[in-house]
Amino acid sequence: MGASVLLQHHIDEIRPRATIEDVLYVSSPAIVKRASLGFNGLMACIYWTRAVQYFGNRHHDRSETFNELAPLLEITTTLDPNMIPPYQFGATFLAPRSPSGAGEPDRAIKLMEYGIQHNPDNWHLYYDLGFVYYTELKDYKKAGEAFDRGSKVPNAHPFLKLLAAQMEEHAGDFATARMLWTATYEGSHEKNIRQNAREHLRCLKVDEDVTNLQAAVDRFTQLNGRLPTSMWEVAMAENLRGIPVDPDGDPYQISGDGHVLVKNPDDFPFITQGLPPGYKRTSPVKFHSES
Amino acid sequence: MPAIEILGLEKTYMVGFWRKRPKRALKPLHLTVETGEIFGFLGPNGAGKTTTLKMLMGLVFPTSGTARILGQEWTEPSVKAQIGFLPEQPYFYDYLTAHELLNYYGQLSGVPAIDRKHRIEEVLQQVGLTDVKGVQLRKFSKGMLQRAGIAQAILHDPRLVFFDEPMSGLDPLGRREVRDLMEQLKQRGKTVFFSTHILSDAEALCDRVAIIHKGELRGVGTIEELTSTVQGKVEIIWQGTVVPASMKALGVECHVSGETVRGVLSERQQDAAIDALRRERMRLVSITPLRTSLESYFVEKLQHSETTAGTLV
Amino acid sequence: MNSRILHIASNTFREAVRDRVLYNLIAFAVLISGAAILVGEISIEIERLVVVNLGLTAVSLFGVVIAIFIGIGLVSKEIEKRTLYTVLSRPVRRWEFIVGKFLGLAGTLVVNTLFMAIGVFAALFYVAHKLSAPDALIVVALYFIILEFLIICSLSLLFSSFSTPLLSAVFAFSLFVIGSFADDLRGFARVTHGITKWFATGAAYLLPNFSALNVISAVAHQKHIGVQLILQNTLYALVYAAMALSGAVLIFERRNLK
Repeated sequence: MGASVLLQHHIDEIRPRATIEDVLYVSSPAIVKRASLGFNGLMACIYWTRAVQYFGNRHHDRSETFNELAPLLEITTTLDPNMIPPYQFGATFLAPRSPSGAGEPDRAIKLMEYGIQHNPDNWHLYYDLGFVYYTELKDYKKAGEAFDRGSKVPNAHPFLKLLAAQMEEHAGDFATARMLWTATYEGSHEKNIRQNAREHLRCLKVDEDVTNLQAAVDRFTQLNGRLPTSMWEVAMAENLRGIPVDPDGDPYQISGDGHVLVKNPDDFPFITQGLPPGYKRTSPVKFHSES
Repeated sequence: MPAIEILGLEKTYMVGFWRKRPKRALKPLHLTVETGEIFGFLGPNGAGKTTTLKMLMGLVFPTSGTARILGQEWTEPSVKAQIGFLPEQPYFYDYLTAHELLNYYGQLSGVPAIDRKHRIEEVLQQVGLTDVKGVQLRKFSKGMLQRAGIAQAILHDPRLVFFDEPMSGLDPLGRREVRDLMEQLKQRGKTVFFSTHILSDAEALCDRVAIIHKGELRGVGTIEELTSTVQGKVEIIWQGTVVPASMKALGVECHVSGETVRGVLSERQQDAAIDALRRERMRLVSITPLRTSLESYFVEKLQHSETTAGTLV
Repeated sequence: MNSRILHIASNTFREAVRDRVLYNLIAFAVLISGAAILVGEISIEIERLVVVNLGLTAVSLFGVVIAIFIGIGLVSKEIEKRTLYTVLSRPVRRWEFIVGKFLGLAGTLVVNTLFMAIGVFAALFYVAHKLSAPDALIVVALYFIILEFLIICSLSLLFSSFSTPLLSAVFAFSLFVIGSFADDLRGFARVTHGITKWFATGAAYLLPNFSALNVISAVAHQKHIGVQLILQNTLYALVYAAMALSGAVLIFERRNLK
């Protein structure tokens, strides 16, 4: 018995990692549906579980691609169009580029519309559609339209109307973004979705802080005719209680040419501000786990 | 009213790959069994005995012909309530106990619940299975199964019983018991129709017999009627130890034992033998006709056609 | 009702029980308990869906297997073992025998399903912490599954009356699979023309329609099932089973028992 276990271990080392296709068993939704012999609901549950496992494992392995995520979600929703969690998962992870997601925003849109078609009274799906337009495609007009459609559904959450209005003029605002990411965080129990949303909120804070701090630095420069030598000077000038720190607890820094920088950019996978010039993300995306 | 009237029952099977070749299992049979008699249906294996019985039971459909049982068309369902059947080498639901089996069969035969319990006990005792009534039939020996089979056949107190090879699988004591049982049934006015290839049983029990071979009826009647048509033998005993030459010339089989000689010869030689002895001045002790057994009748009647292997006992 | 039929039915039930058929309930219990306990770890947010889908699918599949495996031997085993001889020598009509066997098997499956239903509801209560009114729809799904069983039992019995156990199993199982595709078959029939359309439409209506009887996914999502559908499915199942049973009776009544 022991010998056979040892041998298995060796064989596992020698064999190449299971190919991507193995994950799916079969690629086509239509075929899977036929093979289910009418037991679609159960197959959908199985495929959904595999989809989550697939993503979680690859994410854990610091993988850069998630090519099979879209097919897995498509099969799941073909088998059971009324199962809602797969749509939410698709909204968060199908659209973003690698390594945060599968990089297929168009397929994400298609999935959301499919979900809406089969569950026209579920307001959350309209939210998810708008979410994809907003976060990844930056198409605020379409996002607004989606939120608007959703707000008309009976028993829709009132904040949909609010979001629709925000898209008009305040789409780019930090407050709006925070509203969306908070909604996504609170609207799901799925571990990956929540982690992702939480990370975005953290990075949003950084972006917001850096933007505000940069404005303060510019004001200082304007006023004093020179760049501040350290954050202390800026803090004093702005009457802040102390040197502002990032969500990690590290103070923001000023570069020699007056740019506000974040101490460990690697810790904030989604920030667009506070990055040193020529910075390239080397280490893979790391999520801070929920405590 | 006869108990059974078989009116030309016939069965032809179509065999072969394309089912084109006819195989005649039973040629048109005409037979009558009277009420209250024990009737033996004799013949070697494959003669058509079981086929006849199965047709009467409605298990197999005749190619032509009809039958009347207890005065009614044999296919009438109400007939079944008055007959009992023991098939050859019976199988029963092996997951049931003897008691459960009889109870189930009693229900199917329409024995009212009030009578059933008592009747089951009675019948179990008659066949000697009282001790094992709670044992599952899969644990029964061949002989025990046979007894269970007899029990289910007589459970509902039928007027007419059909037994197919009732002695099969039983030891001599068991066979004796079954013979006694059949006598009892007759005494109570029941009719017994049984098929067998064991001639001694038939000789001991039957009022009348029918002999069937290769699907054809070869003879019907009492045993005496049948055997009287065959030449008998005679036993002659005389004093002394000498076998006269004239005796030998007649072809008599002689045995010397002690002070007498015993010879067996055919009936027609009887007179010649007596003359021979008188001429030699031998003292005749006795002349006894030897009753022909059914066996010789069988052999003689069926001699011209081959019998199937291992049949006559 | 005819007491002979009832006696044959209860004996058939007894045979199934002594054949240890009900032990399948142990396997089912392990399966559904395992699912209920582990589902929280594996699939967040769809615990209810998993328990209902898995539970009802298992009830359906276990039952179909039992219906086929016992059904195919109901007649052929008795002929082969010759236990029929002493039964038919009694005032039992051949059609009574078939109907009795059918009722016995159907009864076994109903009892089996009842126990499983308790298991499903218990598991559901465990993961959802309460049972609400829409959960009563699960009973409708179970009722439809029992109707499915009636059809399969009657088909197995039909095959058993003239075929060997192995072939009967193959036929019955094939019909179950094809019957699950009934919707596809109808769709196919709609888009074809001419002779093919005739064949396809004929097949679609002749073969048992199991997709109409499968409401597991709908019930898992607590969708309402119309009374119309319930009535029509009931009628369909009864008529179809009666048809198959009549076939079995016709064949059996003509059969010479060697």
